[in-house]
Amino acid sequence: MSELTSLPKADWTPRIVAFFCNWCTYTAADLAGVSRLKYAPNVRVIRLMCSGRVDPQFVLDALRRGADGVLIGGCHPGDCHYVEGNYKMLRRFQLLHRMLRDMGVAEQRVRLEWISAAEGERVKFVINEMTAQIKALGPLNLPQKFENWDREVIELARHVRQQEEISGVTMPTPAEKEAVHV
Amino acid sequence: MVSPKQDIRIGFYVCHCGHNIASMVDCPAVAEYVGQLPGVVLSRDYKYMCSDPGQELIQKDIAEFDLNRVVVASCSPLLHEHTFRNAVAAGGLNPFLFHMVNIREHDSWVHTDRQEATAKAKGLARAAIVRVAHAKSLPVKKVPIHPDVLVVGGGIAGIHAALTLANAGKKVFLVEREPSIGGHMARFDKTFPTLDCAACILTPKMSEVGAHPNITLWSYSDVVKMDGYVGNYTVTVRRQPRYINEELCTGCQECIGNCIYKEPKFPDEFNEGLGKRKPVYISFPQATPQVVLIDPEVCLNFRHGVLTDKCKKTCVEACGDRKAIDFTQKVETREIKVGTIIVATGFKPFDVKRIPQYGYGSYPNVYTALEVERLVNASGPTSGDVILRDGRHPQAIAIIHCVGSRDKKTNRWCSRVCCMYSMKLAHLLKEHTGAEIYNFYIDIRAPGKGYEEFYDKLNEEGVHFIRGRVGEVTDWAMTPEEEGKLVIRVEDTLAGFVRRIPVDMVVLATGLEPQADSQDVRRLFNMSCGTEGFFLERHPKLAPVNTFTDGIFIAGCCQGPRDIPDTVAQAGAAAAEAMVLIDKGYIEQEPNTAYIQPDCSGCKSCIPLCPYTAIAFDATTQKAVINEALCKGCGTCVAACPSGSIGQNLFEDDEIFSEIDGLLTN
Amino acid sequence: MSKPKVAFYWCASCGGCEETVVDLAEDILGVVEKVDIVLWPVAMDFKYKDVEAMADGSITATLLNGAIRSSEQEEMAVLLRRKSQYLIAYGSCAHLGGIPALANQFEREEILRFNYEDAPSVINEAKTRPQLVTEIDGHRPHLPELRHVVRSLDQVVDVDFYIPGCPPTPNLTKAAFNALLSGQLPPKGSVLAPDTALCDECPRKATKPVDVAFSEFKRPHQKLLEPEQCFLAQGVVCMGPATRSGCAAQCTCGNMPCTGCFGPTSRVRDQGAKILSSLCANIGAKTEAEINTVLQGIPDPVGTFYRYGMAKSLLRRRVDLTTT
Repeated sequence: MSELTSLPKADWTPRIVAFFCNWCTYTAADLAGVSRLKYAPNVRVIRLMCSGRVDPQFVLDALRRGADGVLIGGCHPGDCHYVEGNYKMLRRFQLLHRMLRDMGVAEQRVRLEWISAAEGERVKFVINEMTAQIKALGPLNLPQKFENWDREVIELARHVRQQEEISGVTMPTPAEKEAVHV
Repeated sequence: MVSPKQDIRIGFYVCHCGHNIASMVDCPAVAEYVGQLPGVVLSRDYKYMCSDPGQELIQKDIAEFDLNRVVVASCSPLLHEHTFRNAVAAGGLNPFLFHMVNIREHDSWVHTDRQEATAKAKGLARAAIVRVAHAKSLPVKKVPIHPDVLVVGGGIAGIHAALTLANAGKKVFLVEREPSIGGHMARFDKTFPTLDCAACILTPKMSEVGAHPNITLWSYSDVVKMDGYVGNYTVTVRRQPRYINEELCTGCQECIGNCIYKEPKFPDEFNEGLGKRKPVYISFPQATPQVVLIDPEVCLNFRHGVLTDKCKKTCVEACGDRKAIDFTQKVETREIKVGTIIVATGFKPFDVKRIPQYGYGSYPNVYTALEVERLVNASGPTSGDVILRDGRHPQAIAIIHCVGSRDKKTNRWCSRVCCMYSMKLAHLLKEHTGAEIYNFYIDIRAPGKGYEEFYDKLNEEGVHFIRGRVGEVTDWAMTPEEEGKLVIRVEDTLAGFVRRIPVDMVVLATGLEPQADSQDVRRLFNMSCGTEGFFLERHPKLAPVNTFTDGIFIAGCCQGPRDIPDTVAQAGAAAAEAMVLIDKGYIEQEPNTAYIQPDCSGCKSCIPLCPYTAIAFDATTQKAVINEALCKGCGTCVAACPSGSIGQNLFEDDEIFSEIDGLLTN
Repeated sequence: MSKPKVAFYWCASCGGCEETVVDLAEDILGVVEKVDIVLWPVAMDFKYKDVEAMADGSITATLLNGAIRSSEQEEMAVLLRRKSQYLIAYGSCAHLGGIPALANQFEREEILRFNYEDAPSVINEAKTRPQLVTEIDGHRPHLPELRHVVRSLDQVVDVDFYIPGCPPTPNLTKAAFNALLSGQLPPKGSVLAPDTALCDECPRKATKPVDVAFSEFKRPHQKLLEPEQCFLAQGVVCMGPATRSGCAAQCTCGNMPCTGCFGPTSRVRDQGAKILSSLCANIGAKTEAEINTVLQGIPDPVGTFYRYGMAKSLLRRRVDLTTT
């Protein structure tokens, strides 16, 4: 299913949150740095000890807070520093990816990559490719979407207040912030 | 102990790292931005945070500004997290009330737009500021270290590391896959550039290993399993049957003389198959341990490796009362406990058959360098007489450099030792045969003590050096002089034309490759490999013998091609690094362990997820319980707990959610 | 001193929550003795104007059930919030959006079209739809507007407490009344149920093996369910490990797996993500293809994992839907 996205603003550039395992992908990103490889500045990395620590809640939370994409990096199958943490992530990812698709999130926005400590080049490639793909998709911008969705509630609050003003009875109304409790 | 509820007072420091960060990130702007974030009491930019004055600055500020959290934005935490934690601790704060932001490896070094890089640095810093508020004081966890060391691989690296440790009074297990220790060095004739004989300098060390009271030598054995963590590794070693009781064998070799096979008949591995051995044999005269072994594939008392007991067993008769021969020996496994491990598993020579145009295998007089080492060796198959496979003595010899090195089609790396050993072989071959010697090289790389001088010496000896990568070796004669010869076709890039040079013998200077099973060994010891397959050091400059797994060190050519002096130096360094841990007596463990919260429902979902069986079900409380000593802090159970009832120190849900929030809030 | 005033109200709900109040049986008499019920549309006749006429804060507690999906419900929620000292989200729909929030997978237009035109039981050749305003004989009756988004109560107004469940059990309801009447209330925002997952009180807990290593997932109708064994041990998806307890495990006692109506514990932000994480991590297979074969047993993860919690899930709604 395609996403309905508003046209990106001129200065829009994707924001991608990455969860990299300490031993392989984070180290590979360090290697990319030491090797002075150049790649797109759109990815912000959160270091975890293992891709097995990536709670699907983190992915959803990143999206709803405004990430346009989420990248998860772990050790290659068979290479996990903690034996099998990456398999656990792989299993979660298979269903999470399908579920996100059902929730209207384009598949390319959430990606799982195995990148070993030696594959600095792969970090560069994946980040550049993902950034380009998400640029093509446009912003996801869930905070803005939530705001748009909740406008219908704000309008009610406003309407109630107007009625009160007309009737001359002033009563405390829930603050707008509360009314759009997200 | 500072609880998150207390007033948060964060000190923030952004490091210029000279120009490394400052050239791409506007550090003062980052400091100014972070200074306005809630909870930040103080925000500074400084030229080198990791320097002593930088660290002292943190300590001073903690006292002066009553800081209870510190964030440093500089290089990778894998490099300096430890440094700054120590500085924070020296300032009187718990070291875990600190968070590090990587704006060098992940930012200034990989981006090209100063504005974007600065914006990214601000975002990363903001995330750390939000996150660090959730940081908790944690105890530094100390675990005692087992003082014994395992050295894997008995080449010169393993031998030197084992002896260094043993001489310092440490107990060492040395495990070697081959029947004898010695590795590649034992097969070399002389060593460059001093030309001292390899055996003369190596065999005393081998004997010392064999006799050392602190060294348990298990040859013909390999490591099959490793469990545990730094300071407390449990290692399973598989010992192949030699069919000889090592305790009883005296090394008299009577059995070899009395074998039913009167003459040696089977290709001799030690001599690269240039010589022959019997089914019962000892690899080479100075083999350590001085214990023979029986090859069940060819021994008449076996058939295809299975005991048939059909031979007359003249060897057993010869052994007599010593009763050292035991045909019933089986594979044995031993489990040992060690605190540290040095991996020195060496290299594999490049397989020259991958370059068919050099004719190895097709033309008998094409040799690998290692074969020539045996050929010129006094105790080699020809006792040092350079006789070709066709029985002739060579009048002209070609040495082709960079075979399987510096070549996009095979291996891209320089194998570092080939130039020097080629020149060594050139010298030895000239000395043994008086033949004309032609070296075909791309560049001569002689960067070592006395190496360039050795090159000069060879030039003076009249050895020819022709600059050009050899196109092919052929026996197709175009002139009468080329009849019966091997012709080297090469573009002489100094002279600027293609030449044909007829020779009698070709030596291929094979490059060095990772061992065929290096990927298995890497997994076994939880290490990483570089792209080319050599084991990856923790830091190429500052931690060259460390790996990413604490307590596991690497030495020698398993980390990359290197010569003997460098190998020995590295082995010594690895031994010293192991001793640093052992003599300290304990390991400070990262307190990133998981723990069960009181509201656990006992659903058991987490229990099978732990690879270290650290989680158990407590029948009394009907809840899960985590054994902190076994937990290694991966956090897989934390992510999988369906009711959010497992926490993880240093990586709490709240910490990560707040980091996500900080990254995305503008 | 007058008795505390209590109101019951229903929004987008099935009526099951009201049933629970009735299920208090004789205990309802005890409640009625101690409080005055000032609003209960399902049982007594009150008008909007009656509520409007009450002084602000004059109702001690309102138990509001049902999700909020129409303009009228929003209006009532706002009104009752103002009139009540404590506003309690009563039942899964008010708490988490409940079953109605599954509509957050569809555009409003899709829902209206299906219900008024395409549903197999509908004959509506004129394609008549409810209108917000209609002119009939000089009258102009108004109908509430269906909102695009289904919301939990706290997504519309401030909520003091939550009583979970589809429906909440009489016991939890009674306990909540007792707390209210005795003034021994937990901190604002609390869910008035234990904060431990269901397994804690499930009689099948002991039959869960330590290593489940799922090789398949079955839905309850695809299998003859063992009457005493843990559902997960049978390969049947059970939301119990990710769901608050307090229901006395009525479903699992009735040989049906938990479907998650009590919502997550306080430590979890997204119930669906958490059960997904836990179930998937415990799959035995290791290759993508094998894993996906096992996962075929969960054909509708959204409907399975967010059956009651879609509105309060982190994404709230299919992200590509509009509100225009």
